[in-house]
Amino acid sequence: MVHYNRFVLDNGLRVLVHEDSSTPMAVVNVLYDVGAKDEDPNKTGFAHLFEHLMFGGSINIPDYDEPLQRAGGENNAYTTNDLTNYYCSMPAENIETAFWLESDRMLSLAFSKKSLEVQRKVVCEEFKEHYINKPYGDVWFKMRELAFTTHPYKWMTIGKELSHIETATIDDVKAFFAKHYRPVNAILVVAGNVTTEQVKSLAEKWFGPIPMGEKYERNLPAEPVQTAPRKLEVTADVPLDSLVKTWHIEARLDKGYYVADLITEILGGGGSSRLYQALVKEKQLFSSLDCYHFGSIDKGLLTIEGKLVKGINIEDADMAVNEQLLKIQAELIEDNELQKVKNKTESVIAFEDMSIMSRASSLANYELLGDANLMNTELERYQAITAEDIREYSRIIFNENNSNTLYYRSKN
Amino acid sequence: MLNRKKSPAIIDAVELHLQLKPYTKFTLDNGVEVYSIHAGAQEVVMVEMVFMAGNWQENKNIVAATTNFMLKNGTKQKKAFAINEHFEFHGAYLNRGCQNETATFTLHTLGKHLPKLLPVMSEILTDSIFPEEELVIYKQNQKQRLSVNLKKCDFVANRLIDKYLFGEQHPYGKYSSAEDYDAISKEDLIAFYNQFYTNGKCIIFTAGVLPADIQEQLNNAFGSLPLNKTPLPTKTYQTIPTEQKKHKITNDENGVQGAIRLGRPFPNRHYPDFTKVQVLNNLFGGFFGSRLMSNIREDKGYTYGIHSYLQNLIEQSAWMISTEAGRDVCAATIAETYKEMARLREETIEETELHLVRNFMMGSLLSDLDGPFQTISRWKSYVLNGLDEEYFKKAINTIRTVSADELKELANRYLNEDDFYELVVV
Repeated sequence: MVHYNRFVLDNGLRVLVHEDSSTPMAVVNVLYDVGAKDEDPNKTGFAHLFEHLMFGGSINIPDYDEPLQRAGGENNAYTTNDLTNYYCSMPAENIETAFWLESDRMLSLAFSKKSLEVQRKVVCEEFKEHYINKPYGDVWFKMRELAFTTHPYKWMTIGKELSHIETATIDDVKAFFAKHYRPVNAILVVAGNVTTEQVKSLAEKWFGPIPMGEKYERNLPAEPVQTAPRKLEVTADVPLDSLVKTWHIEARLDKGYYVADLITEILGGGGSSRLYQALVKEKQLFSSLDCYHFGSIDKGLLTIEGKLVKGINIEDADMAVNEQLLKIQAELIEDNELQKVKNKTESVIAFEDMSIMSRASSLANYELLGDANLMNTELERYQAITAEDIREYSRIIFNENNSNTLYYRSKN
Repeated sequence: MLNRKKSPAIIDAVELHLQLKPYTKFTLDNGVEVYSIHAGAQEVVMVEMVFMAGNWQENKNIVAATTNFMLKNGTKQKKAFAINEHFEFHGAYLNRGCQNETATFTLHTLGKHLPKLLPVMSEILTDSIFPEEELVIYKQNQKQRLSVNLKKCDFVANRLIDKYLFGEQHPYGKYSSAEDYDAISKEDLIAFYNQFYTNGKCIIFTAGVLPADIQEQLNNAFGSLPLNKTPLPTKTYQTIPTEQKKHKITNDENGVQGAIRLGRPFPNRHYPDFTKVQVLNNLFGGFFGSRLMSNIREDKGYTYGIHSYLQNLIEQSAWMISTEAGRDVCAATIAETYKEMARLREETIEETELHLVRNFMMGSLLSDLDGPFQTISRWKSYVLNGLDEEYFKKAINTIRTVSADELKELANRYLNEDDFYELVVV
């Protein structure tokens, strides 16, 4: 049970406080309700580039990192297709430094041209390091474009192409800030050795005076229901053939999401999972095989991805995967196996909640979903899932017409 | 009126009273020592068994790593699937890892499941059989994984720089090849397992919200195993660094980045200057605000990240600088790195910068000690390196008091271009 208090400032900033006096540390987590899905299709990668620029100095403070480090603090941030999250931790005594820094950059950035120039280059190197200069690095660029025709999940957080990042201008930066980085679009979570009273007064003092801004009304094009299987084949300079398959699943708060989450565990969660046992160990078609999803807020994808044993025909491997999927659609899962994946879920939640950092970011994420208390009650949603649910949703998800298949072949 | 230009008052992190929570130590019936930390809010427990079964002890390449990896692949009573299923059913993670001196066998679980899980760990330590068919799959999959990794410039660079520094005959410098996998036999694994696991030398570390009967549970599971009875062979290795210091490798003609590694040999943690050099290292390339990051990422934009660090090795260490930079700016990145070394040798560090590094290191240490798993991990490192609480106190004292003059002197001793091995892999 993670206890928290919640209040909202007059400017719309939502504030959550999680008190934990057993730690000498405090965490300040600021989540902005903007992700890559909110980008202009011709300026992709911008939300993430912007995240870098948030460290390039704000209106009153030339450098974000230096004062925080001086206060014994550390920080980082991440951008996903759904959201952008900034977090810092420091000795609890110095928490006001984080309020000062975070509120100033919410008030206004410095919009430094030099910062934009440098961070464009840094992000281009990040792009190269993770997606160009790695074997299979472009798999998800291709898969997203295959699986999504309309919804902005069709591009990666890093951006669709380097040129989008290279051509970003300071006016783009200013417009993006004004649209998304306002109190009314943000969630502040403070966790650790703090009191709610203290956080209330600090939040009023530092964030209270910031103008509310306009609430960003998200109006994204919905992905039409897929009506026929899609296939793509590519050949690249990689040592092994790779098979990647995806299927559309329900949105984050729908029942189907929770069922899909358990299905990924049944199929690919560990050494006793079905796909691993059948296709890596028994049939030896794959040398590695994973089943996962990204936890997307909107309707996302369930993925099966594996590297083939050399000499195995990719069509045969694909058929063997489908056999396993037919099985989960035909036969009810045994109690023992269902209990296994539920136990695993319980355990994952307990381990995730160990650090105040992850408790803070979870609270922010659940608040973004609409109810921070979901953090405490979500396990019940998993516990309620039945063997019939698994079979029923497997039939919906693994419908052939809902599938996207990528044959990523080795040219060697 | 709120003055946003002025930073709020801070407690100087240098003044923080840092304490390393003491462990409770007990001994199992067979003499195996257990270090434990009882703390935390979540009902989770970690039990880590550390065996002196690293690649230091192997006579044939990758036998140690393979034995360690295959611990979960079958006992006289249970097949690999049954072992995995048992731990996964209880939502537990049974991991293993092989290092140079040591190899680990680690359980993470909700405390309530310990009684079901510890006995199976024990069974694995006495009754593993390393089935031939499992070994065949392992070899095939590892060779395939290696073939993918060898396409990555960073992977190739990490292997080569260690080879240059220590030599291929040294546990720190050797690496795997497809031929090594082919050469491994079931008999190699069984012999290594018998000597270094079943009859090996073991220390246990446990942390989390420990059940009241943790001693009894551990003793029942592991207290009658034949551990710590037979002395281990003492092996010594000479480091044989390569003659040539500068290397350029083209791994991928079309690569858009180069993996850069600069490294020099450095003594281990018992060396008197070690903690002082850690402060110098932080300032040089050890955190986001370091000189290397400020110059090469935040000013020039040559890379997504550049870091320097002292390698976490027991016998001896190396001082490394590591980055992936754009192909056309690799030379410039190396030149700037040497420039930063020269600045540290020639200019005295200003107290404001040094003070920031002191505070950052203290805050970072405070954060590192937060939570039972972090605390036991630090103790583990001390125990395995033959250090004690005095080392912790000394490290803190060093962070607080080391002077700019001392750091300059250390830079003059250790940060000389000529001492560094230099590698770029595109």
